[in-house]
Amino acid sequence: MKAFISVLVMAIVTYIPRVLPVSVFRHEIKSVFIRSFLFYVPYAVLAALTFPAIIWSTGSELAAAVGTLIAIFLAYMEQGLVVVAMAAIVVVYGAGLIF
Amino acid sequence: MCSMLTKETKDEYRDGFIKGIPICLGYIPVSFTFGLMAVTGGLPRWLTIFTSISNVTSAGQFAGVQLIFAGAGLFEIALTTFVINMRYMLMSLALSQKIHEETPLWKRLIFGFAITDEIFAIASVERKKLTASYMFGLMSTPIFGWTLGTALGAFTSGLLSDRLSAAMGIALYAMFIAIIIPPAKKSKAVLITILEATAIMCIFRYVSFFDFISDGFKIIIATVIAAGISAAVFPVKEGGDSAEAAESGCAAPAKEEADI
Repeated sequence: MKAFISVLVMAIVTYIPRVLPVSVFRHEIKSVFIRSFLFYVPYAVLAALTFPAIIWSTGSELAAAVGTLIAIFLAYMEQGLVVVAMAAIVVVYGAGLIF
Repeated sequence: MCSMLTKETKDEYRDGFIKGIPICLGYIPVSFTFGLMAVTGGLPRWLTIFTSISNVTSAGQFAGVQLIFAGAGLFEIALTTFVINMRYMLMSLALSQKIHEETPLWKRLIFGFAITDEIFAIASVERKKLTASYMFGLMSTPIFGWTLGTALGAFTSGLLSDRLSAAMGIALYAMFIAIIIPPAKKSKAVLITILEATAIMCIFRYVSFFDFISDGFKIIIATVIAAGISAAVFPVKEGGDSAEAAESGCAAPAKEEADI
Protein backbone atom coordinates (compact mmCIF):
# COMPACT_ATOMS: atom_id res chain seq x y z
CA MET A 1 0.00 0.00 0.00
CA LYS A 2 2.82 2.38 0.88
CA ALA A 3 4.51 1.54 -2.42
CA PHE A 4 1.26 2.29 -4.27
CA ILE A 5 0.95 5.70 -2.60
CA SER A 6 4.61 6.41 -3.40
CA VAL A 7 3.96 5.67 -7.06
CA LEU A 8 0.92 7.96 -7.05
CA VAL A 9 2.99 10.75 -5.50
CA MET A 10 5.67 10.19 -8.17
CA ALA A 11 2.99 10.46 -10.86
CA ILE A 12 1.73 13.77 -9.47
CA VAL A 13 5.16 15.40 -9.13
CA THR A 14 5.96 14.22 -12.65
CA TYR A 15 2.74 15.61 -14.09
CA ILE A 16 2.88 19.09 -12.52
CA PRO A 17 6.13 20.39 -14.07
CA ARG A 18 5.09 18.97 -17.43
CA VAL A 19 1.67 20.47 -17.63
CA LEU A 20 2.01 23.80 -15.85
CA PRO A 21 4.03 25.92 -18.31
CA VAL A 22 2.32 24.61 -21.44
CA SER A 23 -1.08 25.41 -19.90
CA VAL A 24 -0.21 28.82 -18.45
CA PHE A 25 1.92 30.46 -21.13
CA ARG A 26 -0.19 31.31 -24.14
CA HIS A 27 1.48 34.36 -25.59
CA GLU A 28 4.64 34.33 -27.63
CA ILE A 29 7.90 35.19 -25.88
CA LYS A 30 9.53 38.04 -27.77
CA SER A 31 12.99 38.03 -26.21
CA VAL A 32 15.59 36.64 -28.62
CA PHE A 33 17.66 35.46 -25.68
CA ILE A 34 14.84 33.45 -24.11
CA ARG A 35 13.81 32.04 -27.49
CA SER A 36 17.40 31.01 -28.17
CA PHE A 37 17.70 29.59 -24.64
CA LEU A 38 14.61 27.45 -25.16
CA PHE A 39 15.97 26.32 -28.52
CA TYR A 40 19.15 25.00 -26.88
CA VAL A 41 17.42 23.40 -23.86
CA PRO A 42 16.71 19.97 -25.40
CA TYR A 43 20.30 19.49 -26.53
CA ALA A 44 21.67 20.67 -23.18
CA VAL A 45 19.34 18.53 -21.07
CA LEU A 46 19.78 15.35 -23.11
CA ALA A 47 23.57 15.79 -23.12
CA ALA A 48 23.55 16.40 -19.35
CA LEU A 49 21.48 13.27 -18.79
CA THR A 50 23.73 11.16 -21.03
CA PHE A 51 27.27 12.29 -20.32
CA PRO A 52 29.04 11.04 -18.36
CA ALA A 53 26.26 8.84 -16.81
CA ILE A 54 26.27 6.47 -19.80
CA ILE A 55 29.66 5.10 -18.70
CA TRP A 56 28.10 3.58 -15.55
CA SER A 57 24.94 2.34 -17.23
CA THR A 58 25.91 -1.28 -17.87
CA GLY A 59 28.04 -2.59 -15.02
CA SER A 60 31.20 -2.52 -17.14
CA GLU A 61 32.77 0.86 -17.85
CA LEU A 62 34.85 -0.49 -20.73
CA ALA A 63 31.89 -2.19 -22.41
CA ALA A 64 29.80 0.96 -21.93
CA ALA A 65 32.55 3.09 -23.48
CA VAL A 66 32.59 0.86 -26.58
CA GLY A 67 28.79 1.02 -26.73
CA THR A 68 28.91 4.81 -26.44
CA LEU A 69 31.34 5.12 -29.35
CA ILE A 70 29.19 2.85 -31.52
CA ALA A 71 26.07 4.85 -30.61
CA ILE A 72 27.77 8.14 -31.48
CA PHE A 73 29.08 6.71 -34.75
CA LEU A 74 25.68 5.35 -35.82
CA ALA A 75 23.93 8.56 -34.76
CA TYR A 76 26.49 10.50 -36.79
CA MET A 77 25.59 8.30 -39.74
CA GLU A 78 21.99 9.42 -39.07
CA GLN A 79 20.60 6.03 -38.10
CA GLY A 80 17.26 6.08 -36.25
CA LEU A 81 16.59 5.77 -32.51
CA VAL A 82 15.90 2.05 -32.60
CA VAL A 83 18.96 1.10 -34.64
CA VAL A 84 21.25 3.12 -32.39
CA ALA A 85 19.72 1.75 -29.15
CA MET A 86 19.71 -1.88 -30.30
CA ALA A 87 23.24 -1.70 -31.71
CA ALA A 88 24.51 -0.24 -28.43
CA ILE A 89 22.91 -3.07 -26.44
CA VAL A 90 24.35 -5.74 -28.77
CA VAL A 91 27.83 -4.20 -28.69
CA VAL A 92 27.81 -3.83 -24.89
CA TYR A 93 26.64 -7.43 -24.56
CA GLY A 94 29.35 -8.62 -26.95
CA ALA A 95 32.04 -6.52 -25.29
CA GLY A 96 30.97 -7.95 -21.95
CA LEU A 97 31.76 -11.44 -23.25
CA ILE A 98 35.27 -10.40 -24.28
CA PHE A 99 36.42 -8.15 -21.44
CA MET B 1 -15.77 23.56 -43.81
CA CYS B 2 -16.40 21.10 -41.07
CA SER B 3 -15.12 18.12 -43.06
CA MET B 4 -12.04 20.08 -44.07
CA LEU B 5 -11.26 20.70 -40.43
CA THR B 6 -11.69 17.03 -39.67
CA LYS B 7 -9.33 16.05 -42.45
CA GLU B 8 -6.73 18.50 -41.22
CA THR B 9 -7.11 17.11 -37.72
CA LYS B 10 -6.65 13.58 -39.05
CA ASP B 11 -3.55 14.54 -41.02
CA GLU B 12 -2.07 16.21 -37.98
CA TYR B 13 -2.80 13.16 -35.84
CA ARG B 14 -1.26 10.87 -38.44
CA ASP B 15 1.84 13.04 -38.77
CA GLY B 16 2.38 12.87 -35.01
CA PHE B 17 1.54 9.19 -34.87
CA ILE B 18 4.15 8.29 -37.52
CA LYS B 19 6.83 10.36 -35.83
CA GLY B 20 6.01 8.68 -32.51
CA ILE B 21 6.68 5.15 -33.77
CA PRO B 22 10.50 5.26 -33.53
CA ILE B 23 10.15 6.64 -29.99
CA CYS B 24 7.79 3.79 -29.16
CA LEU B 25 10.27 1.21 -30.48
CA GLY B 26 13.15 2.89 -28.68
CA TYR B 27 11.19 2.88 -25.42
CA ILE B 28 10.66 -0.88 -25.40
CA PRO B 29 14.22 -1.90 -24.40
CA VAL B 30 14.38 0.93 -21.85
CA SER B 31 11.03 0.22 -20.20
CA PHE B 32 11.81 -3.48 -20.42
CA THR B 33 14.86 -2.78 -18.29
CA PHE B 34 12.68 -0.84 -15.87
CA GLY B 35 10.15 -3.67 -15.60
CA LEU B 36 12.94 -6.15 -15.04
CA MET B 37 14.60 -4.02 -12.38
CA ALA B 38 11.41 -3.13 -10.49
CA VAL B 39 10.10 -6.70 -10.25
CA THR B 40 13.53 -8.10 -9.40
CA GLY B 41 13.70 -5.53 -6.60
CA GLY B 42 10.38 -6.67 -5.17
CA LEU B 43 7.71 -4.38 -6.65
CA PRO B 44 4.52 -6.31 -7.57
CA ARG B 45 4.05 -6.77 -11.33
CA TRP B 46 0.79 -4.81 -11.45
CA LEU B 47 2.35 -1.89 -9.59
CA THR B 48 5.39 -1.93 -11.86
CA ILE B 49 3.14 -1.63 -14.92
CA PHE B 50 0.99 0.99 -13.18
CA THR B 51 4.13 3.01 -12.45
CA SER B 52 4.96 3.20 -16.15
CA ILE B 53 1.46 4.07 -17.29
CA SER B 54 1.02 6.78 -14.64
CA ASN B 55 4.53 8.30 -14.74
CA VAL B 56 5.75 7.81 -18.34
CA THR B 57 9.24 8.97 -17.49
CA SER B 58 12.58 7.20 -17.44
CA ALA B 59 14.98 8.74 -14.96
CA GLY B 60 12.25 9.68 -12.45
CA GLN B 61 10.79 6.18 -12.37
CA PHE B 62 14.16 4.47 -11.98
CA ALA B 63 15.10 6.81 -9.14
CA GLY B 64 11.67 6.69 -7.46
CA VAL B 65 11.52 2.90 -7.42
CA GLN B 66 15.07 2.69 -6.07
CA LEU B 67 13.97 4.97 -3.22
CA ILE B 68 10.91 2.80 -2.53
CA PHE B 69 13.25 -0.18 -2.24
CA ALA B 70 15.50 1.80 0.08
CA GLY B 71 12.50 2.45 2.34
CA ALA B 72 12.63 6.21 1.81
CA GLY B 73 9.84 8.45 3.08
CA LEU B 74 7.13 9.93 0.87
CA PHE B 75 8.59 13.42 1.06
CA GLU B 76 12.03 12.31 -0.05
CA ILE B 77 10.53 10.31 -2.91
CA ALA B 78 8.40 13.28 -3.95
CA LEU B 79 11.27 15.77 -3.77
CA THR B 80 13.78 13.60 -5.64
CA THR B 81 11.32 12.72 -8.38
CA PHE B 82 10.25 16.34 -8.66
CA VAL B 83 13.81 17.60 -8.96
CA ILE B 84 14.66 15.03 -11.61
CA ASN B 85 11.50 16.02 -13.47
CA MET B 86 11.95 19.79 -13.15
CA ARG B 87 13.67 19.71 -16.53
CA TYR B 88 10.19 19.10 -17.95
CA MET B 89 9.27 22.64 -16.92
CA LEU B 90 11.88 23.96 -19.34
CA MET B 91 10.61 21.65 -22.05
CA SER B 92 6.98 22.48 -21.35
CA LEU B 93 7.82 26.19 -21.45
CA ALA B 94 9.63 25.73 -24.76
CA LEU B 95 6.66 23.81 -26.17
CA SER B 96 4.23 26.49 -24.96
CA GLN B 97 5.81 28.73 -27.59
CA LYS B 98 5.10 26.25 -30.36
CA ILE B 99 1.60 25.11 -29.46
CA HIS B 100 -1.18 26.64 -31.52
CA GLU B 101 -2.51 29.59 -29.49
CA GLU B 102 -6.16 28.52 -29.69
CA THR B 103 -5.54 25.08 -28.21
CA PRO B 104 -7.99 24.75 -25.28
CA LEU B 105 -6.80 24.09 -21.73
CA TRP B 106 -8.27 20.59 -21.43
CA LYS B 107 -6.27 19.44 -24.45
CA ARG B 108 -3.10 20.97 -23.01
CA LEU B 109 -3.77 19.12 -19.76
CA ILE B 110 -3.89 15.84 -21.70
CA PHE B 111 -0.83 16.13 -23.94
CA GLY B 112 1.13 17.82 -21.14
CA PHE B 113 1.06 14.40 -19.46
CA ALA B 114 3.24 12.98 -22.22
CA ILE B 115 6.04 15.55 -22.43
CA THR B 116 8.97 13.16 -22.23
CA ASP B 117 12.54 13.92 -23.30
CA GLU B 118 12.02 12.16 -26.62
CA ILE B 119 8.52 13.42 -27.42
CA PHE B 120 9.75 16.91 -26.61
CA ALA B 121 12.83 16.42 -28.78
CA ILE B 122 10.69 15.51 -31.79
CA ALA B 123 8.01 18.18 -31.21
CA SER B 124 10.45 20.98 -30.45
CA VAL B 125 12.29 20.73 -33.76
CA GLU B 126 9.10 20.81 -35.86
CA ARG B 127 9.00 23.86 -38.09
CA LYS B 128 5.26 24.37 -37.72
CA LYS B 129 2.85 25.42 -34.99
CA LEU B 130 1.87 22.32 -33.06
CA THR B 131 -1.77 21.30 -32.85
CA ALA B 132 -3.34 19.18 -30.12
CA SER B 133 -4.07 16.48 -32.74
CA TYR B 134 -0.38 16.30 -33.65
CA MET B 135 0.55 16.01 -29.97
CA PHE B 136 -2.07 13.31 -29.37
CA GLY B 137 -0.72 11.36 -32.34
CA LEU B 138 2.85 11.81 -31.21
CA MET B 139 2.16 10.60 -27.65
CA SER B 140 -0.02 7.59 -28.42
CA THR B 141 2.48 4.94 -29.52
CA PRO B 142 5.28 5.95 -27.08
CA ILE B 143 2.93 5.57 -24.07
CA PHE B 144 1.86 2.20 -25.45
CA GLY B 145 5.47 1.12 -26.03
CA TRP B 146 6.57 2.34 -22.61
CA THR B 147 3.83 0.30 -20.92
CA LEU B 148 4.26 -2.75 -23.14
CA GLY B 149 8.02 -2.87 -22.59
CA THR B 150 7.50 -2.58 -18.83
CA ALA B 151 5.01 -5.45 -18.87
CA LEU B 152 7.37 -7.61 -20.94
CA GLY B 153 10.22 -6.87 -18.56
CA ALA B 154 8.03 -7.49 -15.51
CA PHE B 155 6.96 -10.90 -16.75
CA THR B 156 10.35 -12.09 -18.00
CA SER B 157 12.30 -11.06 -14.92
CA GLY B 158 14.55 -13.92 -13.97
CA LEU B 159 14.47 -15.41 -17.47
CA LEU B 160 17.14 -13.12 -18.92
CA SER B 161 20.81 -13.50 -18.13
CA ASP B 162 22.26 -10.84 -15.85
CA ARG B 163 24.69 -9.95 -18.61
CA LEU B 164 21.92 -9.17 -21.09
CA SER B 165 19.85 -7.14 -18.62
CA ALA B 166 22.98 -5.17 -17.67
CA ALA B 167 23.72 -4.47 -21.35
CA MET B 168 20.19 -3.10 -21.78
CA GLY B 169 21.02 -0.33 -19.34
CA ILE B 170 22.67 1.59 -22.17
CA ALA B 171 19.51 1.73 -24.31
CA LEU B 172 18.09 4.95 -22.85
CA TYR B 173 21.34 6.85 -23.29
CA ALA B 174 21.92 5.51 -26.80
CA MET B 175 18.51 6.85 -27.71
CA PHE B 176 19.42 10.28 -26.36
CA ILE B 177 22.61 10.18 -28.45
CA ALA B 178 20.58 9.34 -31.55
CA ILE B 179 18.47 12.44 -30.91
CA ILE B 180 21.21 15.00 -30.30
CA ILE B 181 24.05 13.98 -32.63
CA PRO B 182 22.44 14.53 -36.07
CA PRO B 183 21.49 18.19 -35.30
CA ALA B 184 24.97 18.71 -33.82
CA LYS B 185 26.41 17.66 -37.16
CA LYS B 186 24.57 20.47 -38.91
CA SER B 187 24.92 23.18 -36.28
CA LYS B 188 28.14 24.08 -34.52
CA ALA B 189 26.13 25.95 -31.86
CA VAL B 190 24.22 22.76 -30.99
CA LEU B 191 27.47 20.78 -30.82
CA ILE B 192 28.99 23.35 -28.48
CA THR B 193 25.86 23.29 -26.30
CA ILE B 194 26.23 19.51 -25.94
CA LEU B 195 29.93 19.87 -25.05
CA GLU B 196 29.15 22.60 -22.51
CA ALA B 197 26.52 20.49 -20.75
CA THR B 198 28.84 17.46 -20.79
CA ALA B 199 31.75 19.47 -19.37
CA ILE B 200 29.59 20.87 -16.56
CA MET B 201 28.27 17.40 -15.66
CA CYS B 202 31.85 16.05 -15.61
CA ILE B 203 32.90 18.84 -13.25
CA PHE B 204 29.93 18.03 -11.00
CA ARG B 205 30.88 14.39 -11.06
CA TYR B 206 34.59 14.70 -10.34
CA VAL B 207 34.85 17.76 -8.11
CA SER B 208 33.74 16.49 -4.70
CA PHE B 209 32.78 20.02 -3.63
CA PHE B 210 29.56 19.59 -5.63
CA ASP B 211 28.55 16.31 -3.98
CA PHE B 212 25.90 18.06 -1.90
CA ILE B 213 23.85 18.79 -5.04
CA SER B 214 21.40 16.02 -5.92
CA ASP B 215 21.59 14.41 -9.37
CA GLY B 216 18.35 16.03 -10.46
CA PHE B 217 19.56 19.51 -9.60
CA LYS B 218 22.89 18.90 -11.32
CA ILE B 219 21.02 18.22 -14.56
CA ILE B 220 18.92 21.36 -14.18
CA ILE B 221 21.96 23.54 -13.41
CA ALA B 222 23.98 22.11 -16.29
CA THR B 223 21.04 22.63 -18.65
CA VAL B 224 20.46 26.25 -17.63
CA ILE B 225 24.15 27.17 -17.82
CA ALA B 226 24.83 25.42 -21.14
CA ALA B 227 21.66 26.68 -22.86
CA GLY B 228 22.24 30.14 -21.36
CA ILE B 229 25.80 30.44 -22.65
CA SER B 230 24.77 29.24 -26.11
CA ALA B 231 21.79 31.61 -26.20
CA ALA B 232 24.09 34.54 -25.34
CA VAL B 233 26.87 33.56 -27.76
CA PHE B 234 24.80 32.08 -30.59
CA PRO B 235 21.42 33.83 -30.59
CA VAL B 236 18.98 32.09 -32.90
CA LYS B 237 17.71 34.34 -35.64
CA GLU B 238 14.13 35.58 -35.39
CA GLY B 239 11.44 33.47 -37.01
CA GLY B 240 13.64 30.46 -37.64
CA ASP B 241 13.86 28.97 -34.19
CA SER B 242 14.50 25.50 -35.47
CA ALA B 243 15.83 26.26 -38.94
CA GLU B 244 19.38 25.63 -37.91
CA ALA B 245 18.74 22.15 -36.63
CA ALA B 246 16.19 20.95 -39.14
CA GLU B 247 17.36 21.98 -42.55
CA SER B 248 15.55 19.33 -44.52
CA GLY B 249 12.03 20.52 -43.86
CA CYS B 250 10.59 18.94 -46.98
CA ALA B 251 12.05 15.48 -46.46
CA ALA B 252 9.78 12.44 -46.38
CA PRO B 253 8.62 11.39 -42.90
CA ALA B 254 10.87 8.33 -42.84
CA LYS B 255 13.91 10.48 -43.49
CA GLU B 256 12.94 13.10 -40.94
CA GLU B 257 12.98 10.60 -38.10
CA ALA B 258 16.65 10.07 -38.69
CA ASP B 259 17.30 13.79 -38.97
CA ILE B 260 15.83 14.62 -35.62
